Amino acid sequence: MNAQDIDRSVRRLGRDIAERARAAGAAKDLAIVGIRRGGVHLAQRLRAELAQALGAEPPIGTLDIALYRDDLAEKGAAPVIGPTDIRFPVQGKTVVLVDDVLYTGRTVRAALDEIVDFGRPRRVWLAVLVDRGGRELPIAADFAGARVEVPDDQDVQVRLREAGAPEDAVVVKPRRAP
Amino acid sequence: MIGRHRHCIALAEYSREELLEVLDLAVSMKEVLQRPLKKVPSLRGKSVVNLFFEASTRTRSSFEIASKILSADCLNWTSASSSVTKGETLVDTAKNLEAMRPDVLVIRHSAGGAPRLVAERVGCAVVSAGDGAHEHPSQGLLDCFTLREKLGTLEGKTVAIVGDISHSRVARSDLHAMPKLGAKVRLCGPPTMMPAGVESLGATVHHDLREAVDGADAVVMLRIQHERIGDPLIPNTREYSKYWGLNAKKAEEWLKPSCVILHPGPINRGVELSPEVADGPRSVILDQVQNGVAVRMAILYLLAGGKAAESAEGKA
Repeated sequence: MNAQDIDRSVRRLGRDIAERARAAGAAKDLAIVGIRRGGVHLAQRLRAELAQALGAEPPIGTLDIALYRDDLAEKGAAPVIGPTDIRFPVQGKTVVLVDDVLYTGRTVRAALDEIVDFGRPRRVWLAVLVDRGGRELPIAADFAGARVEVPDDQDVQVRLREAGAPEDAVVVKPRRAP
Repeated sequence: MIGRHRHCIALAEYSREELLEVLDLAVSMKEVLQRPLKKVPSLRGKSVVNLFFEASTRTRSSFEIASKILSADCLNWTSASSSVTKGETLVDTAKNLEAMRPDVLVIRHSAGGAPRLVAERVGCAVVSAGDGAHEHPSQGLLDCFTLREKLGTLEGKTVAIVGDISHSRVARSDLHAMPKLGAKVRLCGPPTMMPAGVESLGATVHHDLREAVDGADAVVMLRIQHERIGDPLIPNTREYSKYWGLNAKKAEEWLKPSCVILHPGPINRGVELSPEVADGPRSVILDQVQNGVAVRMAILYLLAGGKAAESAEGKA
């Protein structure tokens, strides 16, 4: 995917989410939560799209799931834990969880655990830019910019300008040996 | 693991990067403390044993709360109600507790070196919660954390540590950590309570309180221990308070306006700190207590978390 494709995907995701939110009567109670780190910038872009489509800016938050992982890092390689920042009451909201790539589903599992610790959302939707298949848990994206089956020995990387990339791109690369 | 270390016993052996690893992680841990539901599952199934041979409320509760917020199980073991009173040795006690498979042993002991002795004989991670006049690493780290929070950085800052430097494990841990983070440390106290040769650790020694705190960005007031009073080191609390204590008047006249005051607790009100100063706007003593929980969460997470079996989690 190049910059144009990503742009188009984000706009379509925004439209689809807005439409579904209106249909569900959830337009007023929408909230966006980006999963660190890949989902954070994407969440901001989606919020801008949703603000346009709905006429109001939904609240936005950030989740860092490191403390909720089911695999603590191996010796000497503790993960970098960033801040979780949820400043709105989760109670009763329709939360759109945003990540860049959906793969095994374990990150989303951890994010769901974490979000319910902040309150009881009305419902949670999952929006991702790329669903690459390879699920290890029964988790599915409600909204996906692209759905492709990528073999396990390949990595899907989403590079965005906000994160310092020269231009937006999604690249598939052979996974580096651990 | 904290950098190269399996244990947290002495900040003397920690590098700047290793100190920063704990301090940076503690920032995220502090965020967890502000949540409505103060619990994360990261150390679920791990256990922490608090092995305390010396009285302590703050430090023990702090480790206990830190363990519980991270979902680890925590067992408190105090010497008063244990088989130590029946003559069991330190190493035997530790080995017996180790047989119950804890992931971390937190030890406080009146003898310097006790945590090290235990660490060499058990398989789990050992954290010192203060050993004799040696070190109190989690206190040193929480002092650094508090200063970074209040001053932004320790780089180029001046910290005065005032009191019984010889007997203070807090002073020793601060002294091993703060200069590595770029701070200049001044030590101040009665000559009878100043160890010889501390200058070699990069501190300057002062025997005049006014001179020591002049222009300082922070002052760490140490607790004067009751058992020292009346012994030849200091004649009485009034005299100590007169020369080495901080009251509102001295604080107002001698400290620069932005200077913050730390104290490891428990405070002897009216001896090293007057109540107005201890409860005043410069005092960050209660911040220290809260930061202590965050710092201990970071220590436990790094030491107990590192041992989990490796399992591949892709980007999902």
